[in-house]
Amino acid sequence: MNAINRNEQNELARAVLEIDVANHPGVMSHVVGLFSRRACNVEGILCLPVGDGRQSRIWLLVNEDDRLPQMIRQVEKLEDVVAVRRHRADHAVFTELEDFFRA
Amino acid sequence: MTETLTGAQITVRLLERQGIRIVTGYPGGAILPIYDALGQSTAIRHVLARHEQGAGFIAQGMARATGEVAVCMASSGPGATNLLTAIADAKLDSIPLVAITGQVPKAMIGTDAFQEVDTYGLSIPITKHNFLVSSTEELLEVIPRAFAIAASGRPGPVLIDIPKDVQSRAIEVAEWPAAGCALPAPAAPSVQLEQAAAMIAAAERPIFYLGGGVIHANAANLAVDLAEKANLPTVMTLMALGAMPVDHPLSLGMLGMHGAPYTNLALDECDLLIAVGARFDDRATGKVAAFCPQAKIIHIDIDPAELDKIKSAHIGIVADVGEALQRLLPLVSENPRNRWVDRINALKTAHPQPLPDLDNPRSHFGLIRSVAACLDDEAVIATDVGQHQMWVSQAYPLRRARQWLTSGGLGTMGFGVPAAIGAALAQPQRTVVCFTGDGSILMNIQELVTAAEQQVNVKIVLMNNAVLGLVHQQQTLFYGQRLFASEFQAMPDFIGVARALGIAAVDLDQAADPCAALQEAIARPGPCLIHAGIDAAQKVYPMVPPGAANRDMIGA
Repeated sequence: MNAINRNEQNELARAVLEIDVANHPGVMSHVVGLFSRRACNVEGILCLPVGDGRQSRIWLLVNEDDRLPQMIRQVEKLEDVVAVRRHRADHAVFTELEDFFRA
Repeated sequence: MTETLTGAQITVRLLERQGIRIVTGYPGGAILPIYDALGQSTAIRHVLARHEQGAGFIAQGMARATGEVAVCMASSGPGATNLLTAIADAKLDSIPLVAITGQVPKAMIGTDAFQEVDTYGLSIPITKHNFLVSSTEELLEVIPRAFAIAASGRPGPVLIDIPKDVQSRAIEVAEWPAAGCALPAPAAPSVQLEQAAAMIAAAERPIFYLGGGVIHANAANLAVDLAEKANLPTVMTLMALGAMPVDHPLSLGMLGMHGAPYTNLALDECDLLIAVGARFDDRATGKVAAFCPQAKIIHIDIDPAELDKIKSAHIGIVADVGEALQRLLPLVSENPRNRWVDRINALKTAHPQPLPDLDNPRSHFGLIRSVAACLDDEAVIATDVGQHQMWVSQAYPLRRARQWLTSGGLGTMGFGVPAAIGAALAQPQRTVVCFTGDGSILMNIQELVTAAEQQVNVKIVLMNNAVLGLVHQQQTLFYGQRLFASEFQAMPDFIGVARALGIAAVDLDQAADPCAALQEAIARPGPCLIHAGIDAAQKVYPMVPPGAANRDMIGA
């Protein structure tokens, strides 16, 4: 995807989710499964450990959807999820990564 | 005192410490270390099912009848995949279950080893939580935590996948963790309870809408107290039947697709809906936009993700239903509500549930009432899935919470027989009746052997119309009467099958006095199959067509 196309994509309403989770195998599957089961595409994923590595932070770029509040509540319910914060699509975490995704 | 124990011994000891006295399952290579340790336990009795799905539903029957977490086990690969349906069923009906599966040794995971399947990955979307245990030490944390998760908040199934080497390895255990138990839910905010009480006081036509959460919270008596104090006509979901005795003057019975005409019509008129432990399932609401169109909504549920999911609540309260009702009770004023109660009674008289042939024990409703006449409220009533399930929900006089065991959310044919066995194992003092159909019973018929082996007090009432009733009904009503794959061409001799599998059997069709034959079969201890032919042309009425509003019932 080139930069122009991506900018066009950004015209669509998007949201950025910041999710603090326990850092162990399978947690990512639990989180993204809640989106895939609703045929809701996750447009961007970032994940790195934080602090001493017992927790990770997952950043998701997702399309705005009427069901998003419900999906966020489902994410909050997961045993391994500590906290979920919702940001606007222009959050720096994805916009500053643009350089790594030039075609 | 430090002990040297294998992971398998630790697992069994932790189950004993949880107070588990019965586990059900099916052994296989990858779970043999645990079975070896289980065989040495004097506290735990293992009930061998004849299929892993049967084991899953036997555990469900124990959990549903008692409210306690129940345990089932299976080996890796096909053992685990066979458990999945019962686990998914537990998820949709919020039943507390701990499923333990064996897995191939850690070093072989991912190599497509013999009987290897990604049990963890397969079970993610159908469990409340799941674990792949990566070390023997971890068992000490994971097992109590699995019980705590299964029992806390909205209950549900938890799966623990344990590689064989984790089971076999021995470690030193110096200290045992506390047993995992339900953690208390956050209290309902007082302000919201006061607002709810004010809305109830101001409402002219309120309806109390009870869901399965009322049963799970052991809050049925509180719900009845609140209904009586404020004179709230009360509807129940399929999962909540028994919460309020069906013959209580305020009971409107079950709502929704196969609810009574007066029930759905009353909901259409209500100006306040007080939903408690209910999740606005599509079989209950029909077309959502037309469900209680004039009503404000108070929604109380322990699961925050249920609030505003289907219908936006004017007051949404996240709380344990029992705690919330307990505190709401003194805030609600007594209210005779004569006009609304009179209106409800008028609707009941004008639009009753059709119950034809109630006095004929050879009819479907007559048979159900004849069974009820042989039993008191201490009996447990299980069902399979299909027309018989709906007819029993409409006609059986359910009066006790946990009297009624049925697969609601997933609607799993094959649920009934093993769930009834589980209930009878957990509560041997009770008579357990399982209503089933000629389609459903074949989906777990092998568990009749388990029933025979355990000599459980289960009476299976097989309502045989030689068709897949609900499919037949929908094809007749909505698919131009093109009956396809719903009429069985070959029909087993069910009496012969039951006897061959080791249980007694009675054919009411051959009995000169079916009521007497029924009475005798139910009174005789031990398992028994009671066969009754019924008319394939009978439909479950009323019926709200899929996608229609609840007020638009066929056959009302």
